Amino acid sequence: MMPARLMQGNEACAEGALAAGLSFYAGYPITPSTEITEILSRKLPARGGRFIQMEDEIASMAAVIGASLTGAKALTATSGPGFSLKQENIGFAALAEVPCVIINVQRLGPSTGVATAPAQGDVMQAKWGTHGDHPVIVLSPASVKECFMLTVRSFNLAERFRVPVIMLLDEVVGHMRERVELPAVGELNIINRRKPEVEPHRYVPYRAGDDKVPPMACFGEGYRYHVTGLIHDENGFATEKPDAVQSHLKRLQDKILLHHSEIVDSEQVNTGEAEVVLIAYGSTARSAARAVRLAGEEGLKVGLFRPISIWPFPEQQLKELARKKVKFIVAEMNFGQLALDIERLVGGLCPVHRLNQVNGELIKPGTILEKIREVY
Amino acid sequence: MLPEVEQYFRIEKLPHMWCPGCGNGIVLHSLVNAISGLGLNQDKTVIVSGIGCASRAAGYLDFDTLHTTHGRALAFATGIKFSRPELNVFVLMGDGDCTAIGGNHLIHAARRNINLTAIVFNNHIYGMTGGQYSPMTPSKKRATTAVFGSVERAFNLPELVKGAGATYVARATTYHTALLTNLIMEAHKNKGFSLVEVITACPTAYGRYNKLGSPAEMLKAQRENAVNIKDLRGSNGEVPEGKVVIGELYRAEAPEYIEEYLAAVKALQEKGGK
Repeated sequence: MMPARLMQGNEACAEGALAAGLSFYAGYPITPSTEITEILSRKLPARGGRFIQMEDEIASMAAVIGASLTGAKALTATSGPGFSLKQENIGFAALAEVPCVIINVQRLGPSTGVATAPAQGDVMQAKWGTHGDHPVIVLSPASVKECFMLTVRSFNLAERFRVPVIMLLDEVVGHMRERVELPAVGELNIINRRKPEVEPHRYVPYRAGDDKVPPMACFGEGYRYHVTGLIHDENGFATEKPDAVQSHLKRLQDKILLHHSEIVDSEQVNTGEAEVVLIAYGSTARSAARAVRLAGEEGLKVGLFRPISIWPFPEQQLKELARKKVKFIVAEMNFGQLALDIERLVGGLCPVHRLNQVNGELIKPGTILEKIREVY
Repeated sequence: MLPEVEQYFRIEKLPHMWCPGCGNGIVLHSLVNAISGLGLNQDKTVIVSGIGCASRAAGYLDFDTLHTTHGRALAFATGIKFSRPELNVFVLMGDGDCTAIGGNHLIHAARRNINLTAIVFNNHIYGMTGGQYSPMTPSKKRATTAVFGSVERAFNLPELVKGAGATYVARATTYHTALLTNLIMEAHKNKGFSLVEVITACPTAYGRYNKLGSPAEMLKAQRENAVNIKDLRGSNGEVPEGKVVIGELYRAEAPEYIEEYLAAVKALQEKGGK
């Protein structure tokens, strides 16, 4: 463990990235994620890494992918409008299977919205923002320490599964300061991408084994392979053959589905005897945790289910709670994005109530408590 | 195929997908001749391209090749080169790809003077989508989206990138292949952002809509319309009406981005800074 210190969420993301072995950062200034860019502009060069402020968000995402293809662990950080601009190249990374991490510190949208206000309006965009069916992993931290730990995990998942991994913060989590005790680098489990073990002339860049994740060669190592955003066969070259197209896209889905239990993550508080279970993530989960305590003081049996991986969603854990016939309250700083999927998963087994607030303020514990009393 | 260039092609990917009479293959030949002439290590050379007819070139070349998103080739290439400066990075783009959707990345790559070699296949039109006008379509020329003749003005690409900070700018045509090879070699030797514009014929779209004749006639017109910059010197320097200046147009010395970055880091480390 490192000595305890006071740290901001965005700063913890930057530290987590460095601990994970970050070697390349490309970004563009945008509130409320700018601290990540600023901190890495100071810290990354001295460690032999590369920092570049690109001309726009699109270019930042492109440079990250280019660097990753040479073997770098690469990161970019942004917020709403910038996240929208990055979408096309996030799709490229998903299709070409280039590991990278994107931190999106959510602010109130749409459009320029309220730049300094928290929101959770990018939950569906994080999953579906780029066109076409594609796999993606999205993690949502709720504390400063978790910003650090999940950034490390994001890199591990990106390297392990060759996917873009999105960290979905909100403005409150990004700017909040907390006392944290972080593990030393040596105490962390760091995963690096699997490289080909065959001679270059035997390398088939997109041929995957049973785990559906192909080994990845770096540019400049003599493998001389082709990377394209066109749907490609296992040799990496464009194909329009229906079987090859379907099988490639199916494998991209399968590599996440197959490892679903390895990826999903969630936390439960007081759910054992609960009659009402709050579902919340990010800063909303902090208010929800407080509401659970306040409700307990009133003798109400209330628990909290907090998805930490938003996509893929911890479905089994949710379904187990649903089978206990609890009443769910889904609290989100949007008009019901995750609630939609939760209603689908619960499938009418028990009631799902929504608590939505989109006014630029975090949802207060008292507001959640009122909702608990209403549905209890 | 000539044996001396065969090693640079993914022979099994040929024949290429370009139309009969397209000039793109000629540009590729000059490119691999230049790579051969420079003696570049094939394993340490990366070809990056955007989207469009010209950008399909990457797939035919036997290097590490990256066929990116539309307009973004230079931004991807910046990530590659900055991450691994020892790699030779060539960036192949079409005129629409490079100067319209990719215009911002173009001027900023030039401004940084990052050590990339950009080759712009200028066929004056969007070929892949069937012949719409691009920022390089001359005024009054026709395209499927400019059936009465384009009312826009075209970029002067060499002046654009020169103004943005490029340190090597040249132009050739697919008629002048030996010149093109030499210019690509010189461009690559320049330590900084280099751009070679290549005038190449698109008989299928641009030629047809503008009644420019057969592919051979379009090639002949490239010869007739070209004026070598060397022949302009000594005169008042004015380019005769309707002529295109070819040759090495501009060369300058300026700090290169990655060298500056690494020098700044070294200075910081020597001071014991963090």
